[in-house]
Amino acid sequence: MTELALSALRPGDRAVIKHLHTSTPHIRQRLMELGMTRGASVELIRVAPMGDPLEVKIKGYRLSLRKMEAEAIVVRREK
Amino acid sequence: MAPVLHEVRFRNIAVIGNPNAGKTTLFNALTGLRQKVGNYPGVTVEKKEGRIDFDNGLEATLIDLPGTYSLTANSPDEQIATDILLGRANHTPPPQLVICVVDASNIERNLYLVSQIIDQNLPVIVALNMVDVATDQGTRIDIATLERELGVRVIPTVANKGIGIQELKHAILFNNISTGRLRQWRLPELVQKECQELVGMLQSFDKMPEHIAFHNAILLLTTPGSVPDQVERYSPEILEHVRKDHQKLDFLGFDRQSVFVESRYKWIREVCAKSVVQEKQTDLTVSDKIDRFVTHRVWGFLVFLALMAIMFQSIFSWANAPMELIGDGFNWIGQQVTRLMPPGDLRDLTVNGALAGVSAVVAFLPQIAFLFLFLGLLEDTGYMSRAAFIMDRLMSRVGLHGKSFIPLLSSFACAIPGIMATRTIENPKDRLATMLVAPLMSCSARLPVYTLLIAAFVPGTTVLGIFSLAGVTLFSMYLLGLVAALVMAWLFKKTLLKGAPPVFIMELPPYKIPSLKSVLLHTWERSRLFLKKAGTIILGVSIVLWFLATYPKIEHATPSEQLKHSFVGMTGQMIEPLIKPLGFDWKVGIGLIGSLLQREVFVSTMGTIYNIQNSDQSNGSVSLKEQMRSDRNPVTGARTFTALTAICIMVYYVLAMQCMSTVAVMRRETNGWKWPLFQIGYMTSLAYGATFVVYHAGLFLGFGG
Repeated sequence: MTELALSALRPGDRAVIKHLHTSTPHIRQRLMELGMTRGASVELIRVAPMGDPLEVKIKGYRLSLRKMEAEAIVVRREK
Repeated sequence: MAPVLHEVRFRNIAVIGNPNAGKTTLFNALTGLRQKVGNYPGVTVEKKEGRIDFDNGLEATLIDLPGTYSLTANSPDEQIATDILLGRANHTPPPQLVICVVDASNIERNLYLVSQIIDQNLPVIVALNMVDVATDQGTRIDIATLERELGVRVIPTVANKGIGIQELKHAILFNNISTGRLRQWRLPELVQKECQELVGMLQSFDKMPEHIAFHNAILLLTTPGSVPDQVERYSPEILEHVRKDHQKLDFLGFDRQSVFVESRYKWIREVCAKSVVQEKQTDLTVSDKIDRFVTHRVWGFLVFLALMAIMFQSIFSWANAPMELIGDGFNWIGQQVTRLMPPGDLRDLTVNGALAGVSAVVAFLPQIAFLFLFLGLLEDTGYMSRAAFIMDRLMSRVGLHGKSFIPLLSSFACAIPGIMATRTIENPKDRLATMLVAPLMSCSARLPVYTLLIAAFVPGTTVLGIFSLAGVTLFSMYLLGLVAALVMAWLFKKTLLKGAPPVFIMELPPYKIPSLKSVLLHTWERSRLFLKKAGTIILGVSIVLWFLATYPKIEHATPSEQLKHSFVGMTGQMIEPLIKPLGFDWKVGIGLIGSLLQREVFVSTMGTIYNIQNSDQSNGSVSLKEQMRSDRNPVTGARTFTALTAICIMVYYVLAMQCMSTVAVMRRETNGWKWPLFQIGYMTSLAYGATFVVYHAGLFLGFGG
């Protein structure tokens, strides 16, 4: 099982969300309400030019979040 | 079929939807220019209302609720929307109909909010907006099926082209009863059971209507800790029951937070499976292609710099022509009044007090309008989010949000639009920190002051052989402002406005061609507000200043002597001991007082003191420069102005809060006097302290005299 943090993906990688270990509950809820739920498909599109934040594709739209938040999201890479 | 809307004159219809779903464009399409903007009492959330006219002569009130992703309110904006929909806002009654604007190209996430709205048991109509974008990306939506699944009318629209608006209006008149198929989303059985029980208890113990009880039950069950928000709302039996529920559900292995969200999305997936067909997209979308360029390591920054350069160009040069026109216009009015009114104090008050004041505010208008226009266009195309995306790393270093960058940058032209542009920052503390430091970015009003002083006192030597010392000095002043802003922001976030580091979760909407109509309307509305609010304060201040500069009167005095012996002059002399440690004398003191109106007034005040008539014109400046350079203190013989004092005045101007118009806008945006007064306090202290240090360091290093 290749489980890793969302922040560890490379641009173009596709993965499925397994867990959200976000420490702040209302951020966790917000992320889920925005579509980052367990089992959802996520694709890393790019990293900002200065290294942070990240842009992902989720539920058909683009969302940007900081590496710090992305580190708490555990995903499994799709082939 | 007869309209179901009868007495519709005061009917309340709410428009709600995700940010970037085109809600505002739709609102504008429905109401046209018949809208007004205000504030909800007690909060800094904007209240927008409009009137919608129907063909048959009926009309209704439309409320544009703040854009929100969910009713589980995370920000003051969302809280307002939730409160109004639940009918617990005292200032606004619950709407009789809700129009949910859904972005068809992003339908899954948008339906989340719709599912929550349907839970509220209010009549709903879904405006399925941006169907053109959806079609372009290969999404086909079966309207009839979607209507069946949701239980409400779904009207496809393309708001920025006016498509579907008539059908929407028709639906508002004839299909405004359906509240939707309640709670089609299913919780796991055990959770459902606990939830129902809690709802029942909330209804009986706390007397809540069913839909509010349901909303609260979800909040209570998803609270991570044992103490929910606003605990005083609930009776102790409820809280005890909730505690037990938490234990039970946790024990059974449910993730209390995610189970509700996931249940909704499960239902949404089912609805979409039946009504939405998505063709596989293999090519990069146009947006993707643009983004590759715009967020590129090198090109991205160049694009950004180019856009900012254009923005500043428009402020500094294109706005000049209208500004001169306005100046000429007011001069003409002044001349007419002078001609028509009998000489005396009333005429003087009107021309030099009131008119001068009003023209000072209106003179701002072209710059502010251009800025709003530019910012509005950037926002509408979708570029703003990319700018925030690129700059976030830098901003987060000082504890700010990526979205703080553009407001701060536009404050280089004028802090007023900059402060207003902070509305997009959700976190109130981040927003406040940005607003507090925005005026430190050297605005265009300071430029005449810098120009005068540099021209008069900075020698024409070069640095490193290529850069003129004058240019370097100017650049340093701007740099000082920028550094001060970043440092103070960092300080505020560490102390006063301490909070969690800003969360940067931001949608990057697809690029679109901006709707000129919307942007112009928006610019007009913002400018109008500025004129109204700042205008009233400035008019007051300028009349008072005129009074203080004219009385007490002296017989046969030159304007310079009159000024010296007026209240303003006396105040200048009074505060001289205060500003002496900074190297300033009473003449500068008068200039500082005058700058309260507009910073540029420093230049014209100096002109009056030295008896120069048109000191803002180039030959006037030359004589003013020479006058200032040669002016000596009658008692000590020392020169009033040296290069050091010039630098000190500039440093003071970089850091001090002087502009009353900005104060007026801060008052409005923060809904109170506390923060504007704090801003005046901290900036004045900063200016005083820094100038003190510079002056004495300069003296020590032998630069004085």
